[in-house]
Amino acid sequence: MIKIWSMKKNEDAAAKKRPKTSAAQIRVQKDLTELDLPSTMKTTFSDPADLLNFSLTISPDEGMYKGGAFVFSFVINNNYPHEPPKVKCMQRIYHPNVDLEGNVCLNILREDWKPVLNLNSVMVGLQYLFLEPNADDPLNKEAAEELRKNRDQFLYNVKASMRGGSIKGVQYDRVSLQ
Amino acid sequence: MATTTISNGAAIAQDWPGRYYHVDQVLDRPGPRTDESFLAGEGVKDFLRNKCKILVIGAGGLGCEILANLALSGFKDIHVIDMDTIDISNLNRQFLFRPKDVGKPKATVAAAFIMSRVPGVKVTPYYGKIQDKDDDYYLQFNLVICGLDSVEARRWINATLVNLVDPENPESLKPLIDGGTEGFKGQARVILPTISSCYECSLDMLNKPTAFPICTIANTPRLPEHCIEWASVLEWPRVHGDKKLDTDDPEHIGWLYKIASARAQEFKIEGVTWSLTQGVVKNIIPAIASTNAIIAASCCNEAFKIATSSAAYLNNYFMLIGTDGVYSFTFEHEKRADCPVCGGEAVDMTISKELTVDKFIETLIERQDIQIKKPSLSSGSKHIYFQAPQQLEEATRPNLEKTVSELVDDGGEITVTASSLPFSLSLRIHYS
Repeated sequence: MIKIWSMKKNEDAAAKKRPKTSAAQIRVQKDLTELDLPSTMKTTFSDPADLLNFSLTISPDEGMYKGGAFVFSFVINNNYPHEPPKVKCMQRIYHPNVDLEGNVCLNILREDWKPVLNLNSVMVGLQYLFLEPNADDPLNKEAAEELRKNRDQFLYNVKASMRGGSIKGVQYDRVSLQ
Repeated sequence: MATTTISNGAAIAQDWPGRYYHVDQVLDRPGPRTDESFLAGEGVKDFLRNKCKILVIGAGGLGCEILANLALSGFKDIHVIDMDTIDISNLNRQFLFRPKDVGKPKATVAAAFIMSRVPGVKVTPYYGKIQDKDDDYYLQFNLVICGLDSVEARRWINATLVNLVDPENPESLKPLIDGGTEGFKGQARVILPTISSCYECSLDMLNKPTAFPICTIANTPRLPEHCIEWASVLEWPRVHGDKKLDTDDPEHIGWLYKIASARAQEFKIEGVTWSLTQGVVKNIIPAIASTNAIIAASCCNEAFKIATSSAAYLNNYFMLIGTDGVYSFTFEHEKRADCPVCGGEAVDMTISKELTVDKFIETLIERQDIQIKKPSLSSGSKHIYFQAPQQLEEATRPNLEKTVSELVDDGGEITVTASSLPFSLSLRIHYS
């Protein structure tokens, strides 16, 4: 065998034994402990020992969705940050970019994900969806259509859905804080 | 095809006349590029043929080629791990398998085939995941060659081999040779854990898997792939709830194919087929047998040179691009200082057994050579103290009163993250 070890001796102590934590785990520790969230967002860990599964509650303090509390589940696998976290809305909500199953249309969660992005960027991106719902990339087509055509009606529908009302035969979950 | 039955794992020790004639040409005398430590003749031959133990990870397209090459170049103690069983679609290029083997474990069939064709070689198969094995298992090998198709498995074995390096034990450093192919492109690289750039260092070079915007899939499909993604990403969970999609289950693929075809028809899109459906959901890129052969040859050539030191080995990245003619490029991929696996600093710290976590954190903040503000600490999967989020801070706050020695053994490691650190800092704790 080649004498690799002699090359090693020439190196300084830069390479000591590393901890048995996976790169994904360390990265999640770094992302979570350095979260810089506004008071409108809060994370909840059902098992504080498990950093890879948690939920995020967004309570917008402005915009059309003000007064609601929206809950998203985050599932992170061991290939993070090579793969993005899997994020779903836990409630049925009336939103042009969230479908009735909770799928979210946010570019950085799929096609534009990069390992340099972090959990903070995803959370800020999610909150932005509530401040500026986007009718051009719809997942809930009816909601998008309404937003485009009749903003007042859309706003009315949002408020009704947040109280747990139904719109065009679809029953939405109550997410209002009051 | 003549096949000899071989009793479980026992190799037939026999060499026929002239078996090593060609290989011995490079082992009997030094050449212009041989390493100084090269011992021409019996010493090196004895090591290669009687002592060297090599691990092959993956017995698929690359793995079959690698196993055959190693066996024929004189490696005699080969181990192979693969978690897959043989599929009929493998048979065009994974030449150790025959139609009668479909459904059987790749590792077992490949090992039996090599032993029946190359006398004197012992191939020990393991049908399972690389994650099943512990450090002691990996410590027994001199070399590891990977012919894998997943980033996740590569990251795991890379991190495991880097972690294995023990400053007190030269034997713990296992060269890793990693081969990979994708269509007409391929790469072979030599990774000397903690010495040269590791797999994690180059993670940013990877192409991201093709992903389509979910809104396009939902509303404006234009490609057959959009229809298939719609069926698998949106329709499957909607219809089947929590039932997991098994991409190896023909019934599941059949369902997706049916749904995707209907959608394609609705949007007048052509091109949804069974094999495209399977290809999209399993993220299959057509495998090319000749690319596998070239990359496997390069990997085995490196294994031979490293095991024998008969010639200079690859430093450290060879890439092959066969899409337009044949182009290859070799370069030295550099270590990343902030690599989460092999980079960053590791610091030895000796502290009092009585030191509390609270005071320990103060010590860290005061240290000039570390310079961190709000550090968060963990050890293995144990959280010691997290600065945020609030719930985790509250959950770990009681630890501040405890002594570090209650939470971490002597010689144990603490992983420190802080916003001022590029990635993380590893501390090895000793008690005075």
